Amino acid sequence: MSKVVLRVTNISKQYRLGQLGTGTISHDLNRWWHKARGKEDPYLKIGDVNDRSAKGGSDYVWSLKDVTFDVKEGDVLGIIGKNGAGKSTLLKILSQVTTASTGSVKIRGRIAALLEVGTGFHPELTGRENIYLNGAILGMTKSEIKSKFDEIVEFSGVEKYIDTPVKRYSSGMMVRLGFAVAAHLEPEILIVDEVLAVGDIEFQKKCMGKIKNVAGEGRTVLFVSHNMQAISSICKTGILLKNGMIDEMGDINTCVKKYNGLFSESVIGEASIKDRLNRANSSGNILFNNIQAYLGNKKTWDFRFDEDITIKFDCEVRKESEGALFYMALLEPLSTDVISNFKVVLCEETVSPGKKLSFKITIPARTLRVGQFLLYFALGDGKNKVWYDIVDNNVNLPALTITAIDMDPHYNLGLFSIPYKLELNK
Amino acid sequence: MTNNEFDNENEPWDLSLEPDSKWYALRLKQIFRFKDLLFLFVRRDFVAVYKQTILGPIWFFIQPIITAGIFALVFGLFGSIPTEGMPTLLFYMCGITMWNYFSDTLTKTSDTFTANAGIFGKVYFPRMIVPLSIVISNLIKFVIQFCLFMVVWLYYFSTTDIIHPNIAIALVPVLIIIMGFLGLGIGIIISSMTTKYRDLKFLIAFGIQLLMYASPIVFPLSLVMEKYPGFKYLLLANPITSIIETFKYGFLGVGVFNWGYLAYSLGFTIVVFFLGLIVFNKVERSFMDTV
Repeated sequence: MSKVVLRVTNISKQYRLGQLGTGTISHDLNRWWHKARGKEDPYLKIGDVNDRSAKGGSDYVWSLKDVTFDVKEGDVLGIIGKNGAGKSTLLKILSQVTTASTGSVKIRGRIAALLEVGTGFHPELTGRENIYLNGAILGMTKSEIKSKFDEIVEFSGVEKYIDTPVKRYSSGMMVRLGFAVAAHLEPEILIVDEVLAVGDIEFQKKCMGKIKNVAGEGRTVLFVSHNMQAISSICKTGILLKNGMIDEMGDINTCVKKYNGLFSESVIGEASIKDRLNRANSSGNILFNNIQAYLGNKKTWDFRFDEDITIKFDCEVRKESEGALFYMALLEPLSTDVISNFKVVLCEETVSPGKKLSFKITIPARTLRVGQFLLYFALGDGKNKVWYDIVDNNVNLPALTITAIDMDPHYNLGLFSIPYKLELNK
Repeated sequence: MTNNEFDNENEPWDLSLEPDSKWYALRLKQIFRFKDLLFLFVRRDFVAVYKQTILGPIWFFIQPIITAGIFALVFGLFGSIPTEGMPTLLFYMCGITMWNYFSDTLTKTSDTFTANAGIFGKVYFPRMIVPLSIVISNLIKFVIQFCLFMVVWLYYFSTTDIIHPNIAIALVPVLIIIMGFLGLGIGIIISSMTTKYRDLKFLIAFGIQLLMYASPIVFPLSLVMEKYPGFKYLLLANPITSIIETFKYGFLGVGVFNWGYLAYSLGFTIVVFFLGLIVFNKVERSFMDTV
């Protein structure tokens, strides 16, 4: 049993909407008057839930409401949620940039937050001077920085410019230098906000590697990102925030799924898939009637890495068609690049209206890597090479989710495996 | 993940953050832990200001000497304000050196929160580090300008016999400390009060200028006490008055020296400084929401 290093109890944070000006002073005076008489703050009682899209009636909004959780030593906790769900507010409270309206936070050990890289860089100072300044701002002592100075410079990869004022740096170099300093912090608890969104791919990989290392050393990490792949590859546990409240907490995969809105869809019935395919208005000669993935006999779109994926298709011929073709593609969700595709002739002879075609495909276990894959299916005729029906995530076709069977980080590498032979020497 | 699981309840927490911490929780220990940052800020202020200048730190000398020269011309020559028999340049430099220290400290500490919102919004360190670093860098600047004053003083001391320094010179370190804390105290109060409503910011700009004329810098206190006794109390209510007068008295042998006035300045400074600490401490915890 590892010890609890961070305990958050009933944290709430209220913000006032609109501008500060002469209008707000009456509230301040009223608040002060209540306090002076030893009464509660009258404005803490009101406030809408934090929902960006709904227009609320109150001037006050709860950016966080009654958030409670514990983090144990060595936990790597991912905090996810839509924009405005309260992630940054939570981080700001944990990193002491601001305080909560109610509730308490208790911490064991040193805590350092990385909400931005290169905080406090002074443009006129050289890279060298800024390493010291930035390090000290982040809470390192001068001797700590001195002992790590060479490592920091090497990590940043800007040796050549180290004695040049940082105002001459490119923005990428600034970020590199800033992250290099931050990466050499050694707190017991590290909080990382979406800082990886900047910098090139090579640098992002370096950063992710560093965060993985920190987590591997048994230190506690709180990681906020919108990159679900990064989150699920680093974190073990997660918190999903929604409108300032905890929506889901526990296993990171459950949180990620719920965040992606796929949690409920994996148990969706046959009828609703049919509805969503919405065949009624389509004019194609051959159309999909239903598409469903199965694990054995169970309907699901979630599979473990070591499970065979079966997808069954029901199609209907609406108008006479000369042969039928089936096309399938798997797409990487972020880039929507096609990672695999194939085309199959379903039948060569002419099919007449009313004919039903059913078939299934099977993707063997251990082919697709851990992560999500978008699906793309099409039906066409064999002669004219016309595609009559195309379905993908635009018609709300669920994505295929593959989860890991254990914590081996290699499951997250690559997108799929290729068949190969291995022969052990006797 | 829940609060009721097994836990080492007995082990104390290192840090506890709650919305209503006590006003006297000044977290001095934390300030000490960040002492390296304090000195790096001081260094930054010095190094950064004169980068890409040709004269560099010489600007520290140019400013007070030209100001004193202008004062000597305007108030001494054209205005014929008496300087208690002292050479006008020396008399004005005496006041300006001390005054600059105060006004620079005050001006720069008074926008601690607004000027550093960018850093404060991203990283936590004891906010007090910033105003403290301003006091220290201004102290260094003061020492440099004080050396200049000493050069001028030595020149007149060796060429004339009208300057009579006395034992009150021993009080100079105390005066410097009072002046620093007074500037810091007022500065952090204003800084704390401008996070939400910026009105005070407009006051501070010309307020400092007005305060200079309510301090015996371009005129001796004795002049006012003799000729305009009505304004006497106005001047004496200003805690800076006795500090500057004592400074002049120690180095030049002219001016009003009174333990009572000095005690008033000290008392005023202590009250203002602690008031500032309390207000600052209260505001620093959540100013990011309103700044």
